[in-house]
Amino acid sequence: MEALIKKRIKQVIKGDQDAFAEIVEIYSNSIYQLGYRMLGNRHEAEDIAQEAFIRAYVNIKSFNQDLKFSTWLFRIATNLCIDRIRKKKPDYYLDAEVSGTDGLTMYSQLASNSPLPEIELESLELQDTVHKEILKLPEKYRSVIVLKYIEELSLNEISEILDLPLGTVKTRIHRGREALRQQLRYV
Amino acid sequence: MKCDEKIVELMHEYLDEEIDPENEMILRDHLKSCKDCETLFNEYKRTIAVVKGTSRMQAPPNFTANVMASLPKEKKKVGMQRWLRNHPLIAAASLFIVLMTGSLISTWNQDREFSVSKQENLVVENGTVIVPEGEVVKGDVIVRNGELRIEGEVQGDVTVINGEQYLASAGNVTGQIEEVNEVFDWIWYHMKRTAFEVIDIFNDGEE
Repeated sequence: MEALIKKRIKQVIKGDQDAFAEIVEIYSNSIYQLGYRMLGNRHEAEDIAQEAFIRAYVNIKSFNQDLKFSTWLFRIATNLCIDRIRKKKPDYYLDAEVSGTDGLTMYSQLASNSPLPEIELESLELQDTVHKEILKLPEKYRSVIVLKYIEELSLNEISEILDLPLGTVKTRIHRGREALRQQLRYV
Repeated sequence: MKCDEKIVELMHEYLDEEIDPENEMILRDHLKSCKDCETLFNEYKRTIAVVKGTSRMQAPPNFTANVMASLPKEKKKVGMQRWLRNHPLIAAASLFIVLMTGSLISTWNQDREFSVSKQENLVVENGTVIVPEGEVVKGDVIVRNGELRIEGEVQGDVTVINGEQYLASAGNVTGQIEEVNEVFDWIWYHMKRTAFEVIDIFNDGEE
């Protein structure tokens, strides 16, 4: 996998644009997912993921090929997300509410049908709760929690992505975990 | 929480999968004896489980296409290189044709000098080759950049390259008469000759 990526990157550096499509295909879901959990909605997730890939393409020559490409790509995407969160106005929380309403609509529809989908439904509701709680985390805890538990990256990778000492990453994960625990312990 | 901060620290080490066996023993022993810490520990594990359990999002189906469409345009040169890489056979064939045509045309241009195949009873007058009346020329006659007048008999093929041939009423050619005047005729002539040579090689081989 890494070898394939390296090969494609070499082609892209030579100027072969089509080789980049495969790279996008491979990482599109994880980068989109990162954007969704960091920013809270599909629209912004798509926007930020697209921008991350375009930036990666434009700056591909500055990528050190001895490193892992995914780390570099995640760094670009995470920085874009953090920038956007910092620029966001307080109305951002309204945005998160909207995605919550979707879940509720689905809930009322499913509930009227049969008792069986109610299990699904509860989990949908839970999904929504967890999603919102992650979004409530301050950006510095949110990024480590998303990278660790949604993207399932190692602490070392997270430290490289965020350009932070390992110790700082751990502290943030511990605090993020504690904040989430307080909100989610009864769900 | 009344317990030592140390225990919470160990929980985090455990959850980070970085706890050493000794500390893991301490943690486990403590959890057995302390209900509060056990509850706390289970809450952490439950929290992690629900966060990990959130559904995995899929990028929209046209995502890659959208990204590719938004990239700055690539240089033309590369598109050509990729095309060649994807169609190696066509690329090789066209390269061959270009080289062949080139070399044949240059041969055509170089061969502007008058020449004639050597047969003893051919008469040459001012760039015109004459097969005299009553004479019999044996073998193929080839004239380059000159005219050929046939008044006698040729026992073989006649080829006139970049010139004309006149067959007098009394003249006679037992083989084929061919005039080659244009570059494409010239190339065709070469190809035929090469093909015949190849066939000859095989025929010789069989004999």
